[in-house]
Amino acid sequence: MNRYPLWKSLLFAGVMLLALALALPNVFGSAPALQLSRKDGELFKGVGAAQPFLDQLAREQVTPDASFVEAGRVVMRFADVPTQLKARDLIEASAPGAYAIATTFASRAPAWVRAIGLKPMSLGLDLRGGIYLVYEVDVDGAVKQTLQRLERDYRLALREKKIQYESVEGGAGGIAVTIKDPTKLEAAKSALAAVDPDVTLAASEATLRATLSEAQVKKRQDFAIQQNITALGNRVNALGVSEASVQRQGANRIAVQLPGVQDASEVIRLLGKTATLEFRLVDQTGNALEAQQTGRPPLGTKLYKERNGRPVLLKREVIVSGEQLTDATSTFQQGEPAVSIRLDARGGEEMLRTTRENLGKPMAVVFIERERQLRDQGGQKVAIDVTKEEVINTATIRGVFSNQFQITGLTGREGQELAKLLRAGALAAPVFIVEQRLIGPSLGQDNIDKGMRALLIGSALLFAFMMAYYSAFGLVANFVLICNVVLLTACLSLFGAALTLPGIAGIMLTVGMAVDANILIYERIREELRLGNTPHAAIKAGFEKALSAIADANFTTLIAGVVLFLFGTGPIKGFAVVLSVGILTTLFTALMGTRTVIGLFWGQRASIKHLPV
Amino acid sequence: MEILHKVPRIRFMAQRKICYVISAVIVIGSLAAEAVNGLNLAVDFTGGVVIEASYSGTADLDRTRAALHSAGYADVQVQNFGSSKDVLVRLPPLAAGESANAVTQKIETALRTVDPGAQLRRTEVVGPQVGKELVVKGLTAMAITVLLILVYIAFRFRWKFGVGAVLATLHDPFVVIGVFAISGMTFDLTVLAAVLAVIGYSINETVVVFDRVRELFPQMRKATPLEVFDRAINETLSRTLITKFATLIVVVALYAFGGEALRGFGLALIVGILAVTYSSMYVASGVALDLGSAHRDLMPSERRAPVDDLP
Repeated sequence: MNRYPLWKSLLFAGVMLLALALALPNVFGSAPALQLSRKDGELFKGVGAAQPFLDQLAREQVTPDASFVEAGRVVMRFADVPTQLKARDLIEASAPGAYAIATTFASRAPAWVRAIGLKPMSLGLDLRGGIYLVYEVDVDGAVKQTLQRLERDYRLALREKKIQYESVEGGAGGIAVTIKDPTKLEAAKSALAAVDPDVTLAASEATLRATLSEAQVKKRQDFAIQQNITALGNRVNALGVSEASVQRQGANRIAVQLPGVQDASEVIRLLGKTATLEFRLVDQTGNALEAQQTGRPPLGTKLYKERNGRPVLLKREVIVSGEQLTDATSTFQQGEPAVSIRLDARGGEEMLRTTRENLGKPMAVVFIERERQLRDQGGQKVAIDVTKEEVINTATIRGVFSNQFQITGLTGREGQELAKLLRAGALAAPVFIVEQRLIGPSLGQDNIDKGMRALLIGSALLFAFMMAYYSAFGLVANFVLICNVVLLTACLSLFGAALTLPGIAGIMLTVGMAVDANILIYERIREELRLGNTPHAAIKAGFEKALSAIADANFTTLIAGVVLFLFGTGPIKGFAVVLSVGILTTLFTALMGTRTVIGLFWGQRASIKHLPV
Repeated sequence: MEILHKVPRIRFMAQRKICYVISAVIVIGSLAAEAVNGLNLAVDFTGGVVIEASYSGTADLDRTRAALHSAGYADVQVQNFGSSKDVLVRLPPLAAGESANAVTQKIETALRTVDPGAQLRRTEVVGPQVGKELVVKGLTAMAITVLLILVYIAFRFRWKFGVGAVLATLHDPFVVIGVFAISGMTFDLTVLAAVLAVIGYSINETVVVFDRVRELFPQMRKATPLEVFDRAINETLSRTLITKFATLIVVVALYAFGGEALRGFGLALIVGILAVTYSSMYVASGVALDLGSAHRDLMPSERRAPVDDLP
């Protein structure tokens, strides 16, 4: 008798059932779809949210195959691309600018599969088409900006404290401040320290040397990158692309992935927008509505719009602008959501003066975005800088403050949003594109078709060979290989990993290498049979003796997979994930699965004359 | 079905000296090919612009070249890609300040003058710095992989085996890279991934033979180490050949049916698997043997009684 412990067999069966469920959504494939999100930041809610669009499309005889609401977005799936594009144009034409409409792919899985939260593997850019951009942030420029700002603030601080200086000179990595009267060195030092306590000050004779430590330089560089990630993230969100991602890559790069998007020049233009912001006082005397109608705001004021479209009059003088903002974070102030803001010294001084004179009056934050648009002018394309100005927040001045203050009276969500916008609007370090890849949708489909074709042909040939060589045991090996692919697919779907073309190659390689474990076991069983052992003893010995070779061999391949993962980027990472996860699923299925199936068919019988191996 | 009904008695290790020479010739030949031909590195590594376009009819490469020349791109490669309708255009890295987007549009316009129905299927613009970093990363990844494997094998077996395994492992990527240098096929990121996979695969194979050596040493107390290694290779030979054949089936399917994008990957693995078959038998075992692997290296350590030095 050679029965495999029941609990192990059950464990294998259980895991495989679970894997089948998880892998199931991948069977249905995907179809072109539209994804609608509202541009005003509100979410679509409830099953009925899609109905107005369905009615509208029905009038033009366009019927989606399916529609549902997911994460506040309406998703509509269509039979083919022309229908999808027609629907997009219809919706856009009916309410221009109201919705961000993304063309994408949605799973064809039936509603109940979606309802229990099962999702297929997402496809990488090389399989579905899209744009991949890598931006490099000029981090040295960010540090230089910091030093320039510091230099300006130092001059101001010394003047204010009436300490006469010989020179304030910025150089590489630091600022040298030489004062006229060496006896005032201590006073000068404390004045400079007040500007930014984080900067290291070293005194020698009449000179103070301000330097940024390694950690401070790194902090500033990180802030610059974080700022750019926030800004890019905001703009990517505004595009409404599903499954878009903005990720830091290495020390100073940001990778942006936009699946399904095809118009590179449009996207790069939108992402390349620069933003800044201004703090201004609200004008409470004039009538904003009247000014909007006549188009003539009262003297000394400027007409703006709030985010909800309401007009508002602001004073012409700018209190503080974006380049003076050094930090903005969303926090809690006495249990209430708030945005904490830090300004540089000059900005702080202006803010102090303004708040002292205008206590109790409202102040507004204006968000200004500039983008370069190509316009047709008499047949010639001309680049025009378009500026969009918007009041993102107004708040009452409740106290006198200078370079550190909070904006309160917001909901938690609003606070986070405002902090994000402020950061995005602060003067960010310059970015430039160092890598740009655009994959057309037809190429993506080609890659899927060819990859799957190779996988099917390769597997079919391999299965035929295994059956011819090992007869019934070969069939067992084939079954185990199928289990392996199902489990691998389930794991990848569960992790939300994106399948890429190298990923498909990785699945194939896993299949090609996984069969080795079965071959090792079967060859061992044959050897044992040749030595004259009984079939039951041969099976037992075959598994036991093959184990160390299988374990060692797979572990070393796993090392290669993990290193690939750590050093790889983009599609290579996808390959590494598949290879590494594939080794783990191979160990599980080849050892446990093979044993379970063989135990099931040959283990029960008391005596076997012949093993079909 | 069985290909080897009886365990063969091939004297592999007797031929190992000849194989060292063959291996040395392969490695030197590969290095020479790289020096003379150079590797046809993809934009992933060199930086530059690659555009894959699809014409409505058969692509006229000369006219395409001429159109790109007149658009101001003198240093341009144009070739067919996959089918006669598809062309691949490659440009050197952009100058500082040149916009990737503008260049792409200019090329698209130039291609449309040749065929108004030309469609861009893929464009890739990679800065030279990005490419340089990838080369460094790739080499680091290879070095770390080899080092970790050496440590693992030394831990699981003995250091002599570790050295043998690593030499065999280093040997295999040379063969693959050599073939790419001679054939002039594009060496891109996926090929690099394949080379790293070959390293893993090579070790995998060596381990199977070593595992058998470890098992046989205690059983063959009277035999010389050479006989033990020979027997281990012979006993695993049937499995080695079947596994290699099975993996080759899959990889050849990948090469033949996977499309242009996976062709390099497939070729690297085909060459890699053939190299691995040879190196795991001859190089790894040969080196471990010549470093003087003996029974004591693999026998379970005997418990020695504590020596009493005290008077």
